[in-house]
Amino acid sequence: MSVFMIIRIAFKALSRNKMRTALTMLGMIIGVAAVITMVALGTGAQTSIDAAVQSAGTNTVIVSAGNFTQGGVRQGQGNASTLIPDDAVAISQLPGILYTAAGSSTRAQMVAGNQNWNTQAQGTDVDLPLINAWPVDDGSFFTTQDVTQAAKVVVLGTVVRDQLFGTDSEPVGQVIQIQHQPFTVVGVMASKGQSSMGQDRDDTVFIPYTTVMKKMRGVTFINNVTVAAAEASQVTAVADRIATLLRVRHKIAPGDPDDFMVRTIEEMASVRKEATQTMTALLASIAGVSLLVGGIGIMNIMLVSVTERTREIGLRMAIGARGRDVLLQFLVEAIVLSLFGGGIGIALGFGVAQGVTLWQGWPTAVSPNAVFLAFGFAAATGVFFGFYPAQKAAALDPIDALRFE
Amino acid sequence: MPTVISVKSLVKTYVVGEVEVKALRGVDLEVERGEFLSVTGPSGSGKSTFMHIIGCLDRPTSGQYLLDGQDVSRMTKDQLAAIRNKKIGFVFQGFNLLTRTSALDNVELPLLYGANGMKTAERHKRAMDVLKAVGLENRADHHSNQLSGGQQQRVAIARSLVNQPSILLADEPTGNLDTRTSIEVMEIFQKLNLETGITVILITHEVDIAEYGTRTVAFRDGVVVTDKQNTRRRMAQDELAALPAPTA
Ligand SMILES: Nc1ncnc2c1ncn2[C@@H]1O[C@H](COP(=O)(O)OP(=O)(O)O)[C@@H](O)[C@H]1O
Ligand SMILES: [Mg+2]
Repeated sequence: MSVFMIIRIAFKALSRNKMRTALTMLGMIIGVAAVITMVALGTGAQTSIDAAVQSAGTNTVIVSAGNFTQGGVRQGQGNASTLIPDDAVAISQLPGILYTAAGSSTRAQMVAGNQNWNTQAQGTDVDLPLINAWPVDDGSFFTTQDVTQAAKVVVLGTVVRDQLFGTDSEPVGQVIQIQHQPFTVVGVMASKGQSSMGQDRDDTVFIPYTTVMKKMRGVTFINNVTVAAAEASQVTAVADRIATLLRVRHKIAPGDPDDFMVRTIEEMASVRKEATQTMTALLASIAGVSLLVGGIGIMNIMLVSVTERTREIGLRMAIGARGRDVLLQFLVEAIVLSLFGGGIGIALGFGVAQGVTLWQGWPTAVSPNAVFLAFGFAAATGVFFGFYPAQKAAALDPIDALRFE
Repeated sequence: MPTVISVKSLVKTYVVGEVEVKALRGVDLEVERGEFLSVTGPSGSGKSTFMHIIGCLDRPTSGQYLLDGQDVSRMTKDQLAAIRNKKIGFVFQGFNLLTRTSALDNVELPLLYGANGMKTAERHKRAMDVLKAVGLENRADHHSNQLSGGQQQRVAIARSLVNQPSILLADEPTGNLDTRTSIEVMEIFQKLNLETGITVILITHEVDIAEYGTRTVAFRDGVVVTDKQNTRRRMAQDELAALPAPTA
């Protein structure tokens, strides 16, 4: 008997009980769809981290004050008082460095007329738009002179502009109150959109770091320094040079831990990527369990089906079906169930992933690998969980089967 | 006439737990080609067991069985399946049709096994031919649950004939049918037997149904007790002509 014939027989048998066939497939459908969706979410997150690295500039090195553990005490990164503006100046004079921007940030309440908004005020230097390749849309970024004079000037992110002045307004030249002090708006950044972590990067304002230090926070230290290496190939060397320089400047004895952290964007991204990978693996394995449950569902139904169709099996044997023919028929039925379930599941998973992107704005990417894997797993489930019932059917004695009530 | 079936000292013993049930205790019988043999006997006398062995569904515990001169008691399961497919047609008391399946598909079933590479059109044609032979050509698309008992049994007979077997084995084929329908089924058997020369073995516990055959063998406790040619054979065609037309 040809394989084609067996497939035909299996289809006919399955179409004889459509409701049951549909319900059996449902387990498989949900399992496969869950795996596809989870992997799509994970892959999407990874891709967007990659994109973020690209847009932040692969040459970027971030120096932050403090270390995760210092003197046995866990410290919030960037909150230590060990990094000072002169450190940033010294870093900028190291070889292989293109741009340097000292940073000091705080959250602040801003008011324009009767509108107000609370957001992150990023104190930084004039090089930041160059490091991030983030252009100014309207007006201009603040100047070196603004930084030396600790001028009360501000560059708005589009979200803050929208909140304070309304969408598409042109607030350059207007004055807003930040922490009850008047700041002149000198520019509006171009829209940058969401970060890979789902933060809205346009919900921010840029102020000279000197202004934030002296007039808003009243401190003499900075939180971080953002650096761009001249060449991508030098990033690690630059990071090492910065570390050596700061240890000397901070007079750290050999063997003592750093009081700062130097990380490249790639390092930071790889940490986050690892986290997403773990998360994805976790979610996918939970989804995998539902796939397994789907497979067990198929086995259960196939077992019921073998019992229910005992007389049919006996009859088929009486008219000439060999054990092998019966085995194949039930095996193919199970495989058809799981492959169809798998196919629909893939389509559904694809749809759900699209929906998540559409309604939640989360990045997703259905990878061919995941599709291949889910489909292969579905087929394997069919064979694995279909084999036992099929073998049970094939091992029936034709006479006992015919007599079965 | 050549001998189709030849059994010698056929014994079948079932072991149920500790108990041995001797279903057949030494049966000797020869059946010639073209015979219409009725096998009768009370319930439990071993008729079905005998048919299962003759039909290659089961193997004897001891004794010899030659089918067309071939010793089938030593064949493998797959060889027996091939013989059932090619040489033997079964008709059961309970029809055993596939549910939610058209009469045509039911009849085609034996062609799916063994008949390698037969074209769909060829299968349809052969199935239609046998459906015609049992008078159901206009019911080919009906599902089994849309057919009466007599019609279902006729579909089953068509199914048993589709591979042109040399032996037709029927185990209590009229057991679930009323008198008139029983006679109709007997008419088909007699006609097939007469026109195609197929050997028919009819198993029945009803003595009057046995009278449609050319010869009657009676079983009791696993042995043949009587074996005689039927002198006054009932002819289904004549009886049907004499009956009033069906009101349905
Ligand atoms: N599979 C079996 N296991 C045990 N005993 C059986 C089996 N099949 C038949 N028998 C026994 O063999 C005897 C003959 O049965 P059977 O051939 O079915 O008789 P009949 O068809 O004449 O009614 C009975 O006593 C029955 O109980
Ligand atoms: Mg019986």
